[in-house]
Amino acid sequence: MSVSVDLATVWAFIIAFAVFVYIVMDGFDLGLGILFPLFPAKADRDVIMNSVAPVWDGNETWLVLGGGGMMAAFPLAYAVLMPALYTPVIAMLLGLVFRGVAFEFRWRTRRERNLWDIAFAGGSLVAALAQGVALGAILQGVHVEGRHYAGGWWDWLTPFSILTGVALVIGYALLGATWLVMKTEGELRERAYHLSWIFLIAMLGAMGAVSIVTPFLHVQYTQRWFAWPNIILTAPVPIAVAGVSALLLRSLAKKYDYQPFSLSLMLFALSYAGLGISLYPYIVPQSITIWQAASPEKSQLFMLFGVAVLIPLILGYTAWAYWVFRGKVNTASGFH
Amino acid sequence: MFDGLDAIVLARMQFAFTMSFHIIFPSFSIGLASYLAVLEALWLWTKREVFINLFNYWLKIFAVAFGMGVVSGIVMSYQFGTNWSAFADKTGPIIGPMMAYEVLTAFFLEAGFLGVMLFGLKRVGHRLHFLATLMVATGTLISTFWILSANSWMQTPAGYAINPEGQFVAANWWEVIFNPSFPYRLVHMVLAAYLTTALVVGAVGAYHLLRDRHLAGPRMMFSMAMWMVSLVAPIQMLAGDQHGLNTLKYQPAKVMAMEGHYQSHPNGAPLILFGLPDQAEAKVKYAIEVPKMSSLILKHSPNAPLAGLDTVPRKDWPPVPITFWSFRIMVGMGCLIAGLGLLSLFVRWRGDLYQSRLFHLIAIAMGPAGFIAVLAGWITTETGRQPFTVFGLLRTVESVSPLATPAVASSLIAFVVAYFALFIAGAIYILRLMALPPHPSEQGPRSDIPIRAAGITPAAGVAAEGAAI
Repeated sequence: MSVSVDLATVWAFIIAFAVFVYIVMDGFDLGLGILFPLFPAKADRDVIMNSVAPVWDGNETWLVLGGGGMMAAFPLAYAVLMPALYTPVIAMLLGLVFRGVAFEFRWRTRRERNLWDIAFAGGSLVAALAQGVALGAILQGVHVEGRHYAGGWWDWLTPFSILTGVALVIGYALLGATWLVMKTEGELRERAYHLSWIFLIAMLGAMGAVSIVTPFLHVQYTQRWFAWPNIILTAPVPIAVAGVSALLLRSLAKKYDYQPFSLSLMLFALSYAGLGISLYPYIVPQSITIWQAASPEKSQLFMLFGVAVLIPLILGYTAWAYWVFRGKVNTASGFH
Repeated sequence: MFDGLDAIVLARMQFAFTMSFHIIFPSFSIGLASYLAVLEALWLWTKREVFINLFNYWLKIFAVAFGMGVVSGIVMSYQFGTNWSAFADKTGPIIGPMMAYEVLTAFFLEAGFLGVMLFGLKRVGHRLHFLATLMVATGTLISTFWILSANSWMQTPAGYAINPEGQFVAANWWEVIFNPSFPYRLVHMVLAAYLTTALVVGAVGAYHLLRDRHLAGPRMMFSMAMWMVSLVAPIQMLAGDQHGLNTLKYQPAKVMAMEGHYQSHPNGAPLILFGLPDQAEAKVKYAIEVPKMSSLILKHSPNAPLAGLDTVPRKDWPPVPITFWSFRIMVGMGCLIAGLGLLSLFVRWRGDLYQSRLFHLIAIAMGPAGFIAVLAGWITTETGRQPFTVFGLLRTVESVSPLATPAVASSLIAFVVAYFALFIAGAIYILRLMALPPHPSEQGPRSDIPIRAAGITPAAGVAAEGAAI
């Protein structure tokens, strides 16, 4: 073993992986909530809810792993970022609470169903927006002194963080629309195609805007992306984005079933990789690196054992659960 | 509204409030998940329809309660960072891995198999479905294991060292996880969850027996619940006693607060039954006491000396009035629950279990007793740990986030408003489900819409269940 990769980097990739799985799984899930107001018919809403009801809980568990894993592996970063993002995080949690209970509550009442539909849509929108805002707030950097956050409780609010918030809402809506393309039939699917077009265009615009602004936030980002020889490594990212976008447009035009969703996920993966390029090796931009924030080796090793054994197992039975509920969801047959 | 309250008091109020809300649901769903596994096993074994009907009946209630537990639990996992960031930084290397293991070994297991348990019976067949139910039940217990281990470590820290950054780091993981109070707390909590569930199931059974004493479902659930109460309540009292002795050994100040012992008693301490603890004057006013009884319970000798809070520096005192009263509420509920168990044995022996209206009314009244006992017990142990977050080592004032008071005040208000609205709605929906008796060919959760996979016959919620009112 000549190659020695340090534990902090391994853990940075594990946390990044958990957060990405969260974005992949809960992204479409929140996206369905964001699209909810565009599908006013009860039958459509029932199908949309049912397409995700058996798996939403598992999807959100990745968020708990992201948070818990960060506290375990990078406690200093967790301790600095959470107070810095206090308002968006609390807003996200409340949003998730409302949309989560709606999954059960809306089936338990006829009179107040509309109320829980609003809770589902509003909660999803708030959670997605708050996540995007938090991302922007992290990218623009937070004020750290010693081992503490030292800024105010509105520092996160800037035009840039609003931009990233809106961008994420659009992105999740695209994932939701392409998920519906895959999981539904008939008129509902046609509407989903139409919405996929709209949100794809919007998403490309939002990605462009965020990409243009980010290098101006801090000189580190500019150098990371444009300085020689980094540009050899970074240039393929925008090129790949263009390629995937073209394929996605084609798959929508040809009305494919599965491709729009998987290509949308690839767009997310590329954006995420771009984010990683900008940030690494900082976990709190310009202040704290992953090595400074890392837990002692004993903690990281103790968890690494569990992660190595359990994550493959979790991915296995999660895949099984998705397989059990595979295929189209519809209202047409078997009813009464 | 919050004049004179500082950020730390607000942060504590927020944690206590969101935690109290959260703890209600797991303490019910831990027991209910096990009960569902037992019902499904009995159904697979005996093929008696009553068991699958009861399974489907309680499954719908489980779904609502579990969902509320999940969403309020996500809130808890982030509050360590948002409101207790100094605590998160200092204890992250120890508490963090335990919570990460809870997520990896328990949350994913529950969430991964919950969908199949709720909606998948007709898709995967009986055996795999039973496996899913078992996995969910196991997940709830594994979760209890880790979270109580982490909580116990905060009460009785062990196996740690402190690094140059001031962080607690693990010296020995085995000692961290199996810290001195953990086995006692784990047993006490799991039994509490089982009792809480049994009391709810018993109350629902009694309610339907009052209306029709011949219904098979209510008879079965009532009988099962009363067996559970009568067998587990005495064990719980024993476990609680042992837990108390453990606390006396490792956290004597907490026991002093529970007992209201401001003063030391060199010749046998009295058991204060009731009284008004006055923290400023350091005495319990209007105390009604049984002489020597406390020494007898805690030291098993009537004349054994017992130290009081006068031996502890004042700045290390827990808030005695809260700890004192919540402890009495918990013990009082425990005695009532054990009494219900004894009474059920007597009524059963008389052959009146399904007939005695008075007993059914008592069982209904006792339905919420488990929740009250769990909440009171939790308040006892957590306020008794004060003024520390990690007992004896890290003070609560040194654990809090550097947040402006208005930030915490607004989030506290938001949580209170949101949680009360959701709690009322959730309670109403659960009570509505409970108000209907389990009927023959009871359907599982959902819905007026079927979930259908391409190429697979229509499944799951084919028929409307009629519960949507």
